[in-house]
Amino acid sequence: MLLQIHEPGETPLPHEQRGTAVGIDLGTTNSVVAVATDGTPEVLRDAGGAALVPSVVAYGADGVVEVGAAARRRLLDDPDLVVSSVKRLMGRGAGEARALAGTLPYRVAPPEPAEGGMVRLLVGGRRLSPVEVSADILRALKARAEAALGRPVERAVVTVPAYFDDAARTATRDAARLAGLEVLRLVNEPTAAALAYGLDHAAEGLYAVYDLGGGTFDISVLRLQKGVFQVLATGGDAALGGDDIDHAVAERFLAERRPEAAPTVAEVKQALATARLAKECLTTQERGEWLVEIGGGTSRHRLDRATLDEVAEPLVARTIEICRTVLADAGLAPDEIRGVVMVGGSTRMPIVQDRVAALFGRPPLVDLDPDEVVALGAALQAEALTAGSDTLLLDVTPLSLGIETMGGIVEKVIERNTPIPVARAQEFTTYQDGQTGMLFHVVQGEREMVDECRSLARFELTGIPPMTAGAARIRVSFAVDADGLLTVTAQEKTTGARQHVEVRPSYGLGEDEMARMLRDSMEHASDDMGRRLLIEARVEARRVLLALDAATKADAALLPADERAAIAAAAAGLERLLAGDDRHAIDAAVEELERLSRAFAQRRMDKAIRLALAGRSIDAVAAEAAPNPTE
Amino acid sequence: MSPTNPIDPATAHGLSACWSCQGPVAAGEPFCPTCGAVQPPGQADHFTRLGLPRAFDVDLQALDRAYFARQRALHPDRMARHSARERAIAESQSVSLNDAYETLRDPMRRAGYMLAAAGRPVAGDGATIDDHALLSETMEAREALMEAATETEVAALAARAAADRAACLADVAGAFAAGDLDAARRHATRLRYLVKLVEEAHRRRLSLAGKAA
Ligand SMILES: [Zn+2]
Repeated sequence: MLLQIHEPGETPLPHEQRGTAVGIDLGTTNSVVAVATDGTPEVLRDAGGAALVPSVVAYGADGVVEVGAAARRRLLDDPDLVVSSVKRLMGRGAGEARALAGTLPYRVAPPEPAEGGMVRLLVGGRRLSPVEVSADILRALKARAEAALGRPVERAVVTVPAYFDDAARTATRDAARLAGLEVLRLVNEPTAAALAYGLDHAAEGLYAVYDLGGGTFDISVLRLQKGVFQVLATGGDAALGGDDIDHAVAERFLAERRPEAAPTVAEVKQALATARLAKECLTTQERGEWLVEIGGGTSRHRLDRATLDEVAEPLVARTIEICRTVLADAGLAPDEIRGVVMVGGSTRMPIVQDRVAALFGRPPLVDLDPDEVVALGAALQAEALTAGSDTLLLDVTPLSLGIETMGGIVEKVIERNTPIPVARAQEFTTYQDGQTGMLFHVVQGEREMVDECRSLARFELTGIPPMTAGAARIRVSFAVDADGLLTVTAQEKTTGARQHVEVRPSYGLGEDEMARMLRDSMEHASDDMGRRLLIEARVEARRVLLALDAATKADAALLPADERAAIAAAAAGLERLLAGDDRHAIDAAVEELERLSRAFAQRRMDKAIRLALAGRSIDAVAAEAAPNPTE
Repeated sequence: MSPTNPIDPATAHGLSACWSCQGPVAAGEPFCPTCGAVQPPGQADHFTRLGLPRAFDVDLQALDRAYFARQRALHPDRMARHSARERAIAESQSVSLNDAYETLRDPMRRAGYMLAAAGRPVAGDGATIDDHALLSETMEAREALMEAATETEVAALAARAAADRAACLADVAGAFAAGDLDAARRHATRLRYLVKLVEEAHRRRLSLAGKAA
């Protein structure tokens, strides 16, 4: 044998295993981390056995950052130092955050000119972006996973609400990077839940996932067929969640306590904590009484389930309305759905289960813990992406993507519920003689008018050759990858000159800002980058060695002895370099090997052409040479 | 799409060089027969890409099977352990498969695609509508829908639009089967308006139901 290497198809990277990959459900209220081994997922718990990490961060005056239950305990004493529900602010601007300000007990500030458009939080004298706060939660989850597994964790599948827009998805990925986690894939929460449920129950057919999180609502309809999880339609509301019920109850308590005065921040936080507790208790009991105690003043509040239902009713009705729309989008009637998987702690409320049962004509599926099922699915996907598996997730874009045209009308380029990855292009033209630049505004949403959609980015295409109005042909291409993240490029077609357009996200972090945060967050940021490049160089080198090995086996007769010896020597040299960590030497050796085998490649191609001329099909040649891996 | 470069002998025989091992790969093959590397998607038409007969009547179950089998082999998630370049190529394959699947799954898009390929684009795909009977039919139906005040009236109009749509779809299929592309184009244009009408009726019904609730 010429080259000692692995069989084709075998994983080429046994040495590159970079720790275990975990699944993370980064929730509004709670977060969960899980790991899967041989197709069995398991939630990672703390020493006390708790699976849920409250998505709460406390920024102490002493510089100490606490996450989870410890931070939540400080909520009452140091409300100004504690951040909760930060997920609701991911990828949002200051104006949008202010609209939520009534429900967010901390101060928000607009970004400075040098910063990206995302809102900032003022917490205990610090100025933080939602990305940094989320990164602190992710660091805590990473630490928990490393403690539970006893080995480093550097890669994760992170879930996001299906209805998250591009800015919120990008913010989530950035947060993971800041926390030192490589995101293998962003997976939609309902899709992850379907994966966990489907694999656990060997389910086949049409299923719906009803996901009422703390701050978001999603409904997805999927077809499960022989290991393929195909999302048919998805919908939701990124600003509707179980938190809203807590707020309504808290407002009630506060009105009962001191109807005449505006509540203090401490009162709001205390009332919210009590309201959440009351909501949970009323899942199993009919009525109860709760105390709100602040600064020595204690007030008593009675609440029964009928009243809670009354409070929750409008929210639940809205979710049912969204369910109907999504079913219609999928062209399905409710009774065609074989089962409804429930996700999110608020789905334990009897009123939610009753309404879902009434819509679908069957009781919902609650046998997997609704707080854990998303993380379990994420862990399964993390294993699939690192160790391989037979399942495949086929997801869709939740929201239409478009470009603003004349008069503020949106021209849709990619419709909602289109399977991803997807690439679509649209042509535009100039409207003035001699026009050399053109502004584009990328938006996301279903409405026809631009100001009713969400602004994602603006960019300018320059260098258009001057022509009469309407003569230029500018092709704008949208690509949404499997993470649901959008890339936009523009090209002037008459000259063929492609322009790299800088897309400035409307509500993101600035590029310099992100780079600085990455530097600050990791002492060894440049080491880390170097290591990634080294790993990629090794992967590429092994690919070249495998390809050459396959070629020399297939066409041994076309390789004269002297060439064969030269190639073998270069290949052996490259193999030796792979044991070291000199990326540049590896790259150079790969190039040398490719140069040495160029003549051989030409002979192989010439032979194929001769055979084709002789009337033999390439299939016959291929069948003779090697088995086809697709078969 | 005529190539502007002089045709090289490999291209002339439907061969291209594998980007990974430089060996010959037949056009349209997703994987190199020699080294197994995933190949770029190329320019195949949607039917060829999914291995289906080029006909308007598509067996939807066969379409699903073909699509799933190919996504299973080509989706970037299946290449997660390969090099960045292979993942990018897999992604472009997956994009092409999604495009083919989306186009062929929906009869209206399928008709539009086949007619555009045959040089007879349907109105809206770069052609303008010239069928006066259809224009007045559409206008009347829209007016009736706007004037309908109760959910029952809208439901009746929606049911009629849905029945018309089904009949029109059969007309499109019949025209394609008979090889009458001009008739297919005429019916497909009408189908497009009927599909929009059904959607409008559905929206109007939802908004009336919302007001009643
Ligand atoms: Zn090859």
